[in-house]
Amino acid sequence: MLEELPKSYLGELPRSIIEEVEEVAKERRLSEEKKERLIEEVKKSYLKGKFEPGETVGIIAAQSISEPATQMTMRTYHFAGSAGIKVTYGLPRLIEIFDAKREPETPVMTIFLKKRFNSRKRAKKIAEEIVEKKIFDVIRRISMNLSEGSIEIEPLNPKRIGTIIKAIKEKMRDITVRVKAKKVIIIPKGKVSIGELRKIRERIIETRVSGISGIASVVIRMEGEEWIINTIGSNLEEVLKIEEVDETRTITNNIHEMARVFGIEAARNLIINEALKTLQEQGLDVDIRHVMLVGDIMTVSGSIKPIGRYGVAGAKTSILARAAFEETIKHLVRASVRNEVDNFQGIFENVMVGQVIPSGTGMFDLVAKFEE
Amino acid sequence: MKKINIERHELVPKHIILSEKERQELLEKYGITLKQLPKILVSDPIIQILNGKVGDVVKIIRKSPTAGEITHYRVVIKG
Repeated sequence: MLEELPKSYLGELPRSIIEEVEEVAKERRLSEEKKERLIEEVKKSYLKGKFEPGETVGIIAAQSISEPATQMTMRTYHFAGSAGIKVTYGLPRLIEIFDAKREPETPVMTIFLKKRFNSRKRAKKIAEEIVEKKIFDVIRRISMNLSEGSIEIEPLNPKRIGTIIKAIKEKMRDITVRVKAKKVIIIPKGKVSIGELRKIRERIIETRVSGISGIASVVIRMEGEEWIINTIGSNLEEVLKIEEVDETRTITNNIHEMARVFGIEAARNLIINEALKTLQEQGLDVDIRHVMLVGDIMTVSGSIKPIGRYGVAGAKTSILARAAFEETIKHLVRASVRNEVDNFQGIFENVMVGQVIPSGTGMFDLVAKFEE
Repeated sequence: MKKINIERHELVPKHIILSEKERQELLEKYGITLKQLPKILVSDPIIQILNGKVGDVVKIIRKSPTAGEITHYRVVIKG
């Protein structure tokens, strides 16, 4: 078999192996002839290491990930006085990634700053700017004056009264705002009941004064030589607009957000990185190839599909395979109503009826070419 | 206003739209039809930048921790 392969090894061996071969050849000062032989040998062992056609890589990946994941279960639900930000990790996070949840339980951003803006002072300033502040955070007291049907706000810092008024005016339409003795008085237009007044008060409290919507808290920390901002809450689009933020490295842990802003390939990379990171945090060593396969299958369709009945498993073409997985009756009924046909090309359906499965050696059929 | 070039992000690999000739060569090399390729949506931010159309094939040069560099292909679909 090997002889039939084209002589040009380049393009057949992966880049990293070629580079390694070149390096060794240089180090040992190999002659062209010896190098050629080395390449032949490397090529042989590379081909041996490759998966053969028909190998069930999916099942191997599934086992390789889920076996360590079972080890993870018991430890993860405990939080023993962890300092700093509490982030979902361990099994719940892994499930979150593979289920492609719209919104992670704890959305987190890692914000990098451009080199020339990298200082503690700058990082702190940006951190303060982006954290979302609501009226609630900047006032001392809010009270309802029932006899006059108005709401009084006493700000923490009287100098910031202007920004508070501006924020309220932007959010609410049918009100008049006045300032009296360092207090903001809000009077709704027309007659309102006490219940409505209370609702208006709730809305005022929730009004954003400054920062970026969704960023709940911020921590700055030093990593290597660099100041990095970690946030709880995520809003990639808005954060990237900040001048000092390095848009080539800043990331969120929300896969869908990443896909929306940076595209499906970036989302695939994020799935792989996040899943691997989650496993490694638990001290589990899973080969990256398995995780890469999962990343690939979740993004083949161009959008992110969860592993499970609404995603990858639900998209199987075979009715029997889908029925065997979950929601058996639903699938069988739907298939009969729609007059669907099962072509018996997958593994499940063939196991069910006791035929040779199309995998491994069973994957190949003989084709005969007759001369006309 | 800051201009953001999303193609420069470290998680975004290089995307190149194949010419008609390259596309035919690719399909012939692997003996496949367009339908069998992995997909990418026209609305994908990167495809938007490259001005891709439905039916185009994009060559994606991924950085791989195991192989160093690997080329991958996706066909642009509507959505």
